[in-house]
Amino acid sequence: MKRIIYITAFLLVATLTLSAQMVNKAKNVEVILKGGTLHTVSNGNKVADLHIKDGKIMAIGNNLSSSTAQTVNCSGKHIYPGMIDGGTRLGLAEIGAVSLTNDFNELGDFIPHMKALTAVNPNSVSIPVTRVNGVTTVLAMPAGGRFPGTSALINLVGYTPEQMFAGFEGVIMNYPSSGKRGRWDRRSEEDIKKDEEKATKKINDIWEKAVLYAKIDSAANVGNQKRNDYNPQMDALLPVVRGEAKLLIEVNKENDILSALKWVKQKGIDAALMGVSDGWKVADKIAESGIPVICGPVLGLPSRASDRYDVIYKNPGKMLAAGVKVAIRTRETENVRNLPFNAGFAAAYGMGTDEALKAVTLTPAEIFGVADMMGSLDEGKIANLFVADGDPFEPKTSITHLYISGRDVPMESRHTLLYDEFLERDPGLGK
Amino acid sequence: MKYINLIIGLFLAVTMSAQETGSVLIKNGTVITITDGVKENTDVLIQNGKIKQIGENLSAGNGITEIDATGQYVMPGIVDAHSHIGISVVNEATNPVTAEVFTGDCVDPYDIGVYRALAGGTTVSHAMHGSANAIGGQCETLKHRFGVIDPEEMKMEGAPRTIKFALGENPMRVHGERNNITPRTRMGMEQVFRKAFADALVYKKDWADYNSGKLKELPEYSLRMETLMDIMDGEIIIHCHSYRADEILMLMNVLEDYGVNKICFQHVNEGFKVAPELAAFGAGASVFSDWWAYKFEVYYSTAYNAAILTKNGVVTSINSDDAGLIRHLYHEAAKTQKYGGLTDNEALRLITINPAKQLGIENRVGSLEVGKDGDVAIFSHHPLSIYAINQKTIIDGIVRFDIDTQPDDMRIDINPEESISSFMENMEGHEDKCMQDVYSELFLGEKHNHSHHNHQH
Repeated sequence: MKRIIYITAFLLVATLTLSAQMVNKAKNVEVILKGGTLHTVSNGNKVADLHIKDGKIMAIGNNLSSSTAQTVNCSGKHIYPGMIDGGTRLGLAEIGAVSLTNDFNELGDFIPHMKALTAVNPNSVSIPVTRVNGVTTVLAMPAGGRFPGTSALINLVGYTPEQMFAGFEGVIMNYPSSGKRGRWDRRSEEDIKKDEEKATKKINDIWEKAVLYAKIDSAANVGNQKRNDYNPQMDALLPVVRGEAKLLIEVNKENDILSALKWVKQKGIDAALMGVSDGWKVADKIAESGIPVICGPVLGLPSRASDRYDVIYKNPGKMLAAGVKVAIRTRETENVRNLPFNAGFAAAYGMGTDEALKAVTLTPAEIFGVADMMGSLDEGKIANLFVADGDPFEPKTSITHLYISGRDVPMESRHTLLYDEFLERDPGLGK
Repeated sequence: MKYINLIIGLFLAVTMSAQETGSVLIKNGTVITITDGVKENTDVLIQNGKIKQIGENLSAGNGITEIDATGQYVMPGIVDAHSHIGISVVNEATNPVTAEVFTGDCVDPYDIGVYRALAGGTTVSHAMHGSANAIGGQCETLKHRFGVIDPEEMKMEGAPRTIKFALGENPMRVHGERNNITPRTRMGMEQVFRKAFADALVYKKDWADYNSGKLKELPEYSLRMETLMDIMDGEIIIHCHSYRADEILMLMNVLEDYGVNKICFQHVNEGFKVAPELAAFGAGASVFSDWWAYKFEVYYSTAYNAAILTKNGVVTSINSDDAGLIRHLYHEAAKTQKYGGLTDNEALRLITINPAKQLGIENRVGSLEVGKDGDVAIFSHHPLSIYAINQKTIIDGIVRFDIDTQPDDMRIDINPEESISSFMENMEGHEDKCMQDVYSELFLGEKHNHSHHNHQH
């Protein structure tokens, strides 16, 4: 008996202790959100009901009803599609300085076969912290060498990476960077030049081999030709070479952007540019190429001491004005939750609120080829959306309800739980 | 006689230049005073660097420039209690105790980071020593008078002395792990502080005995011991880099034993766990708005930290510790409305009067009051709105930043020999910037310039 009491007491204590670390379950629900202002992104704003069922937006309209659905009164509130961060390390790193918790940077310079989806941790503490700010979907990106791996788009709910997978994977390429890498870069001009030439030759060599590899592969599939030896790197590039998948090219400096645009055109690659801090300088050229851009962080520093202090805030707006298709990313890990603020700064510095909202919803969905599934409030799309009491870019705004893949996600994270526990702390046992 | 006049004239010129001030009348703005409410359609008159009058329909005297702030928000210049801009080196990572060194000896008025901070409405920053040592160096309080080239003119004259202490992973890594000397643990941390203060008491007694004739032999002079004595005499405010609740409690216990009470904890990510103890001690807390998880000691953090501390009565500020965040501290403060629902005034105090209190300069800056320094930022929208854009920053009555009139390139140290421009990629991941110069030594084998971010390696 005594033992049972002890065990019960222990379990009770254990549950209480755990409660500060675990958030509640995200439950599959059927729900009708009544009378909110829908910011559809695809089709303007309207006051209407929105019916979520089987993980999808089943219907949008007036006076919707269902005997099986719960209802949530949203009158006076605003409903937005979930935000999509087009470039993060969320799920791939837990604690920055503890290297064994970092899974985004495998060894090697040419390793496009390293799959982010393999290493996404569905239980990362940062995931609930991110999603309660309205970010429902992120691109988890490997980083490091020239071809550091294949990124994956994930929804921020699920028990396995496969459940989280949101329908897009893309090989990342870090385009060779010319010039000095900062004031501490002590290489001579000659050495810098040599390094540039070497890097350019290397990407061209890789590409030539990849094209040849694809030819051999195609031939082997038709006839009795000898197959390629096992080469996972080249296998990972096959869909890119064949124009079936997008290559995501990280490139920031003016000259490098121009060079990348040429390279992409010459090789006939379906690409998107990422980062693009100097985009404002060559916006016309990017627009001309028709290549979309996932730019950011917006809340960062200008790249050069000579740059105007606000160029980084204005960059997305300037590119958009020139006709570039612009999505915004944070490139964050634990603070992807600041995506709405990155978009908000872009909005304030020339992009405007509507376009900035698009840059974190429909535009990234289009770039990733998943706009039929997410990015706007439309019937048939996945129910990734949130309910707020105002403009989601304003820090003062509260998000009251969050749905990802139709799951009713609790508005909890380590940060809210610690707040609940410590705001009015039990004074304890005395000193 | 002529010479004497000339000498006096030169002397005046030199002292005057350190005190260069201006006069300006800001008309018809929404004036956020911080300490006396928000006043609509109100004017602020700054004369010879000081706030002369706040009221309606004020008129400027002869030659005083008028600024039309109709539809705009006028607030006190933002104060950052923790930064590393405007200095050329951060860490003297050679000993767990280096109380004798002083960031004021390496002020760099050319740092473009100072201009960028100014453009975000930040007028005062606390240029801190790093966190490599348990007792690091003394720190300088800077006014962002960007454009002056004499380092002395960057300093906020009359600001109290401050010193950097550091707990936890950084000093443990530098000294314990790398050099195999205490501290390697948080137990060792405590003993480093106890020994430093105890040594200083012996030193003090030796000098007292020598001066009274009791001791014949002249004791060795030590600036390190003198500094520690000054801390115990209450002449220096401690700013202590800290994260975990246990180490915060430890230092308060040590300080209590040595009769020291002027302290502001920096970063203090787990301050929320010991908020009642911090309040009871009278310690300040200067925190990030939302940085966490960049190292293990900040894994159990919450962005609600500032709100919990504020609601427990701790004098709390939001700091930058970063050349990026210092550009938009108004936005960092706004996050406390999301994380904890602070009022407009509570949120704005975190970047004005509260950090001013933590630096001991609250009689000079941190609010718009008659008699205080003419340090002002004028925003297009309410400064806690995401749409707020700083229009003008005024320091001592001089407009140092004006969004409409300044050229794009504001460098004052252009290197004519540099033919290839330096380009910094935006940083990957966060890290407190208190380990500058140490990282370069530890991981890069070359010196990083202070204005560059430390990448994680």
